[in-house]
Amino acid sequence: MVVQVTSFSRSGLSDWLIQRVAGVILLAYFALIGYVMINGVSYASWQALHAHSAMRIFTLLAALSFAAHAWIGLWAVFTDYLTERMLGPRGNRLRRFCQIASVLTLLSYLLWVVQIIWG
Amino acid sequence: MLQVSIYRYNPEVDSAPYMQDFSVDTEGKDLMVLDVLEMIKDGQDASVTYRRSCREGVCGSDGLSINGKNGLACITALSDTVKGNKLVVRPLPGLPVIRDLVVDMSLFYAQYEKIQPYLQNNTPAPAIERLQTPEDREKLDGLYECILCACCSTSCPSFWWNPDRFIGPAGLLQAYRFLADSRDTATDERLAGLDDPFSVFRCHGIQNCVNVCPKGLNPTKAIGHIRTMLLNRAT
Ligand code: SF4
Ligand code: SF4
Ligand code: FES
Repeated sequence: MVVQVTSFSRSGLSDWLIQRVAGVILLAYFALIGYVMINGVSYASWQALHAHSAMRIFTLLAALSFAAHAWIGLWAVFTDYLTERMLGPRGNRLRRFCQIASVLTLLSYLLWVVQIIWG
Repeated sequence: MLQVSIYRYNPEVDSAPYMQDFSVDTEGKDLMVLDVLEMIKDGQDASVTYRRSCREGVCGSDGLSINGKNGLACITALSDTVKGNKLVVRPLPGLPVIRDLVVDMSLFYAQYEKIQPYLQNNTPAPAIERLQTPEDREKLDGLYECILCACCSTSCPSFWWNPDRFIGPAGLLQAYRFLADSRDTATDERLAGLDDPFSVFRCHGIQNCVNVCPKGLNPTKAIGHIRTMLLNRAT
């Protein structure tokens, strides 16, 4: 078994399952946002919608899903292309840099979302 | 005259691989690609190197990239692959070339070895043999027929990028062949060894494997079954 400390959950199965569930949550969230926007929004209605606790929880859930989905997806891309096999030893450094940079970016986005909806 | 272009590389004399062109008179017959290779080797250049044995799609030794698609040269008819009178033959992609069309299959076999391709049973052996109901035997159809030609794994991008960590379609088809066997009792240990992010989960369902298998097998489906078994075991 190949052990990977930088993968999201370290288990291929749970990474896979989390990514699928996260995908469904994101789809539902953006379907809702799309529906609201097609029917026309004003500043007041938009703010009222996001003042609901249920909507805030849904937004946070979508943000968490986005971060998990992106982490798992990017991790797979980095470990496919940015490897010692493909690029020599500098592949290892580049991969680690990209992994850390993308995780930090995703966590920053997440905190930003929290600040926007609860701030 | 059929225009044939063959990948040549002899590491002892060539600094880099190159394509060599041949003209072959097929006398209008619909030959197999292997026949064309034999005609070149016999009549034009005896140094052209490839593997072959059974010449009838049974041994799995002449898996090649034929006009860009992996297949067995011995059962690929010219009429199935030649367009515009041109035949391009290269070694299977993604594996190191030993010479001309011969590749080093070590990585491929190492993945096969990892899935422990033999029956494991911890119950006392019966006097004659372990029996199986016809229904249980049927579950192995579409799995046991694999001839390990590597056409599938060497057409899979996930195997190209991680041939040392992703088991690949051929190995996974065999992994499922033993997971599905009613006479095997090591199911749990087998599944435990497949739960990491690479062995199974590098499969992204691209289905190149299904597209090329000369035996008409479906590794993607087997991989789906393994995923379901992993899911049922863990949730
Ligand atoms: S599954 Fe098909 S293509 Fe793959 S090794 Fe077996 S016979 Fe060859
Ligand atoms: S379905 Fe999976 S195993 Fe088959 S070619 Fe695609 S990624 Fe590879
Ligand atoms: S020579 Fe045996 S499979 Fe083609």
